Formats: sequence, C-alpha cells, structure tokens
Amino acid sequence: MSTSAIIMMTVAMITVWGGLVLSVINLKNHPEE
Amino acid sequence: MSVSSNTGTSLRETFSGRSAFIFAAIGSAVGLGNIWRFPYVAYTNGGGAFILPYLVALLTAGIPLLFLFYAIGHRFRGSPPLAFRRLHPKTEMFGWWQVLISSVISVYYAAVIAWAAAYVFYSIDLAWGVDPAKFFLHDFLQSSEEVTVGFDFVPKVLALLVAIWVISIAVLATGVRKGIARLSIVFIPLLCILFGLLVIQALMLPGAEVGLDALFTPDWLKLTDSSIWIAAYGQIFFSLSVGFGIMLTYSSYLKKKTNLTSSGLVVAFANSSFEILAGIGIFAALGFIAVQSGQAVNEVVSSGVGLAFIGFPVILSEAPMGNLLGVLFFSSLVFAGFTSLVSIQEVVISAVKDKLGCGRVKATLLVGLPSAIVSIALFSTTTSLNLLDLTDAFINSFGIVAVSLAIIMTVSAGYGALPVLRNHLNSVSSFKVGRGWQLLAAGLTPIVLGYTLINSIQERLADGYGDMPSLFVGVFGWGMALSLPVIAWLLSKLSWSKKSALYHPDVDGLPVADPIWDEKVDKDLMEKERSL
Repeated sequence: MSTSAIIMMTVAMITVWGGLVLSVINLKNHPEE
Repeated sequence: MSVSSNTGTSLRETFSGRSAFIFAAIGSAVGLGNIWRFPYVAYTNGGGAFILPYLVALLTAGIPLLFLFYAIGHRFRGSPPLAFRRLHPKTEMFGWWQVLISSVISVYYAAVIAWAAAYVFYSIDLAWGVDPAKFFLHDFLQSSEEVTVGFDFVPKVLALLVAIWVISIAVLATGVRKGIARLSIVFIPLLCILFGLLVIQALMLPGAEVGLDALFTPDWLKLTDSSIWIAAYGQIFFSLSVGFGIMLTYSSYLKKKTNLTSSGLVVAFANSSFEILAGIGIFAALGFIAVQSGQAVNEVVSSGVGLAFIGFPVILSEAPMGNLLGVLFFSSLVFAGFTSLVSIQEVVISAVKDKLGCGRVKATLLVGLPSAIVSIALFSTTTSLNLLDLTDAFINSFGIVAVSLAIIMTVSAGYGALPVLRNHLNSVSSFKVGRGWQLLAAGLTPIVLGYTLINSIQERLADGYGDMPSLFVGVFGWGMALSLPVIAWLLSKLSWSKKSALYHPDVDGLPVADPIWDEKVDKDLMEKERSL
C-alpha cells in the first residue's frame, strides 16, 4: 500500500470509529433518568 | 404501571430503554447499502479523498436530519401520518407518502434477502461453479429476457420469499419490545461478529493490500468536482435511512425523557463505522481477485446486486476457504437486510395501527398479508430482476428524496416548526443544538436534495432507464413514483375516528400536548415540564 493510502485509511478509521467511541462515552456520561 | 404497553391498544408501545432503541435504529440504518453500495461509491468518488466530503455530509446533513426526524416523532408521538397530523393537519399527507414509500420498498427488499439466504447455502459447495453470472441469472432466478411483468414463478425463490415474510410478520406481530428491539439486540452483535470474521479472512488473502490501496489512495483533484460532494451527501442520506419515516416512527416509541441527540450521534457514527469496515472487507477481497486474474481493481469492481451475487461468488470460487467466506458474507447480508426490512415494514404497520386504533397483531396482519402477496406475486417470478432494479431506482430518486425535500421545506419555511423542535430536542437531550442545526437542516439539506432531485429528473427524462422499454419505465417507474403523493393526499383526507391513536393518551397516561407555535411559550412549557 502507498503511504498516502495508509494515511487516509488511518484517518477514516480514527475519525469514524473515534466518533463512535466519543458518542458512546458522551451517552454513558448522561445516564437514563 | 399495570397496563401492558405491548398489547394494549390505548397506550403507545415503548422501547424498554434507550439501548433497545439504539440497537433497533442501528439495525435499521445498517442495511444492504452499507455493504454493497458504500465501498463502490467511495472508490469511484476520489478513494481516500472521499472521506472528507463523506464526513462533512455526515456532520452537516446526516446527523442534523436524523435529529429533525427524531424530534418530530418524539414530540408528536406517532407514526408518520399521526405525527405530521399533530404537527399540522395540512402536513399529514407527507406522513402517508412516507408510509407508501416504505410499503413499496419492503415489497422488493424482502426478495433480495431471500436471494442472500439462498446464497448462504449455495456457498457451502460453491454451487455457482465456473460461471456465477450464468448461475445467478439463468439457473437461480431463471430470469426472462423480456422486460415485462409476468407470473411464471420460480419455486425456490418463492419458497424463500414466503419464509422471509412469515418470519418478519411473526417478529413484527410480537411488538416493539419483544419483536423489533429483541431482534436487533441479537442480530446486530451477531452481524458485527460475522462481518468482523469476514474482514479478517479477507485481509489475509494475497492481494488484499492492492484492493485497500485502490480504495484509500486519495485523488484530491476530484474534490473540486461537485458530483463527488453530491455523491457523499447521497450516500449519507440513503445509508442513514432518514427519509423513510423509520427514525420518526422509532423515536415515537421512546419514553418522554430520552436523550435524543446523544443517542442519535451513536446511531449515526455506528452506521458509518460499519460502512468503513465494509469498505475494508470488500476491497481486500476485490484486491485478491484482481491479483489472481491479473486485472486492475477497476476492472473487477462493482456494486449492488451485481457485486453480491456475481462479483463476490467469482472471488469465493478462487479464495482459500471460499465457502466459509461465502457463508459469512451472505449471512451478513441476511442479518443486515432483515433488521432493515422489519424497520421499513414497521413504518406501515404503525401507521395502520394509529389510524385504526387497533391492536398490534391485527395491524401487522392487515399490512403484512397484502404486502407479502404483492411481494411474492411480483418478485418470485422470472421477471423480477428488471422490476426490482427499476422500482429501487425510482423510489429512491423520486420517492425518498422528494418526500424529504417536501417535509423539510414545509416544516421549516411553511410552518416555522424548527425552533419548537429545537426546544424539544434540548429539553430532553444532553447534546444541545442551536440555530446552526436549524440552518443545516433547513438551509443546506434542501439545496443538496433539490439539486439531486432536479439532476435525476433531467437524467431520466433524457436517457430513460437503461435499455428498458419506455412503457415499462412509464408505468412501474414514473407511474408508481408519481401516484404515491396522490394516494397519500387522498389518505390524508380520511377522518380520524375516536378510536384512532389521535385520541389515545401518551405513554404516561396524559394527553399528547398540542403543538404551540410560539417559540417563547413553548420553551417555558418545555422547561416547566422538565422540572416536574
């Protein structure tokens, strides 16, 4: 794989999967009433 | 509370909690499109560079629209026709339009799941042999050369399609908690495990890196082309299934105090996370077959039905342990598709249930049986493939896009409902939205949707649809798509009886509050209610 492809694959994984992790943490921090 | 919310006709059904809702919503959003559409769209629209417009589209349109439909469903507590009726009686037809669109989609979507189910078994001995295209079109579907609607049934497809309908009707008849939520709570983790195993196996194939290189190498110059941005918004829009009325219906089953926006963020990012995973798995496999056959990746790439039932079997025949890979791939399609199918059918069932004020089982049978009959009559025949292709194209371009545009314009510009919906979101959610949300939901998305709609109309008027005869396209494409808003308008003229859900109390036994279109009064009311 080329360097640019590896970078973009990493960027895609970090932003989207990172977004999922952050949104789950955000939800967990506000428990159901 | 002693009244069972799942069987009673007076109180609205509810999800047991927000986790059940999130699983059901992810089950709906993650569908066939995530697996067979996203990888192709990303590859043909700039590869690695596509992630930029994709993320922009997710944040500026996907999530704002998701919030909008959550707010309508949760505030007005109903299926699309009931929720829009409560928002303003003149908007009721949009709800029916969504219901009709969902009923059309469910009819053909079930057929694709039946095909995938058959291919789970065909994978075991790689039954398609050396020519998967011939096997799919001639041996399996027995596809007719003629583009028409006939009634020569294909027994295997018929049997599977009957089974899919029986199972989905059984799930839906058991209700929101025991049926819909439980299905997703089991199927979504199972899907993640199966698809995760598929990705691992695909990544170990020789040539996988060639596929990933093709998918992720950025073509930055393409970002200056507006069509890439439209493609990104289209992918996000269809993938999150925001215009079908599903998210609106599901949010109407939430308890009154539920963190809507934070739940929505989880659903949106989970859906995109699965798409990225699918891109990696599919392109690793495409890289393998490209290397094996000595072709470039662009010569082996495809999407949709062609990828799943022709392109992928070619890979499976060549790959080590191809039968295992095949079982994983087609089971994933079945699980992803089935939870989406159930959610699409639920839009129609909830509307009938609300309108007639009847019980869950009766509403499910009233919707499920006629849908099953139409689905089986049209899509287990030798002429199903062309009809499916045409219906899918027209219902997406001229159904979902058109109804979403109409709803956004009417709700925002027509009735000025956005400030009230924003108050509602903020009164129950921890992730607050401001005027920026209104601007994105009602300013940006209509521009993108309007552009997409005009583009599709021009294209179809100029070029027709493939080589299909114009009479066939006219009746089952244009005729079908254009008749839906007319039928919806007629349905909105039927009065709501005293038995209907319009007069049912809310989940807490109190009446559902009428909309108040004064932003200040509404906000005070919300704060008062929250402090109770």
